[in-house]
Amino acid sequence: MTYGAIDAWWWPYLFILVAGWLATDFWRYLGVYLGGKVAEESEAMVLVRCIATALVAAVIASLVVYPGGALADTPLALRIGAMAAGFAAYMLVRRNVLLSIVVTEIVLIGGLAILQR
Amino acid sequence: MRHPDTADAGEAGQARHWFLRGVLAAVSIPALILATAFVGFAGLAREAGFSLAEILFMIAVVWALPAKVVLIGAVLAGNALPAVAFAVALSSIRLTPMVVALVPEMRGPRTRPWVLYALSHFVAVTSWVIALETIRGVPRDLRTTYYCGLGLSLVLFNMVVAAVTYLVAGSLPPAVAAGLLLLTPIYFLTSLWGSAREQAGKVAMVAGLALGPVAHMLVPGFDLLAAGFVGGVCAYLWHRFTRQAPA
Repeated sequence: MTYGAIDAWWWPYLFILVAGWLATDFWRYLGVYLGGKVAEESEAMVLVRCIATALVAAVIASLVVYPGGALADTPLALRIGAMAAGFAAYMLVRRNVLLSIVVTEIVLIGGLAILQR
Repeated sequence: MRHPDTADAGEAGQARHWFLRGVLAAVSIPALILATAFVGFAGLAREAGFSLAEILFMIAVVWALPAKVVLIGAVLAGNALPAVAFAVALSSIRLTPMVVALVPEMRGPRTRPWVLYALSHFVAVTSWVIALETIRGVPRDLRTTYYCGLGLSLVLFNMVVAAVTYLVAGSLPPAVAAGLLLLTPIYFLTSLWGSAREQAGKVAMVAGLALGPVAHMLVPGFDLLAAGFVGGVCAYLWHRFTRQAPA
């Protein structure tokens, strides 16, 4: 029952519908249905936000530590260094997301260019 | 759209005007950052083995980027459908209070429920932030029209961004292709930190970062769920503990 399990054209779409559409729009529709009955500030929402944040953070770390494609051919230390440099730029310069992206890319691509010499 | 007998040219013109104002509201710095994130997303999805049609389908039916990245991460980790769906659902519960906050702003006296259900699909961080900042300046009975213009243009524009990325990704030099795959991690690293409302969110982020690779080795197949649960609950307990400590 994995993404590649069934060799039919419709399987990936069914997979995306169940694991993607159903798993997201259910919560949106619930929000419309509930109207004003859920407070952003409730204790339960703090727990929900914590789990969601940890989940996405786990994905981020996995993408850096166990990457695919061209990124898999780069040294782990360089990937982590590029991420750290981007995050440092973000913290130091007015929480600028675009700048952090640029710094990360420069460190990674520049680092690869130096290593290949 | 409403009462055809009273809908004169002026009213239709007003609707068109506010729809276009919604489209224009999508032209902003947050939207530019989102487009960058979709460049990274398309590269990542392509690497994970998704076809262009599947990627566009995913953007249309899921829309929220964290949900899509969790979906791809879980597929890459080889998780089965129930585990993937559960992980995506866990990452998306926060959509409910976001919709709850937006609906009273968007609803007019004559708004039909199905319109709100349909428009709620466009709720994801960027459109939600832009809408909450700007929607009060829109006449109440045209707010749904405005949000439709905003949401629809963000979705369609990012579908184009993803398609272009997908098509050029194969012909990039290796170093740039590697950089493309690092876009998603750095985008979420900074945006998660920035969107954390309480200190616990930052603790959850650090815990998730540390636990992700560990869970990958210890519990393959359930790694994201395990890391999310354990990291999230630890951060929440930390939140409870530190808040009660001074008392």
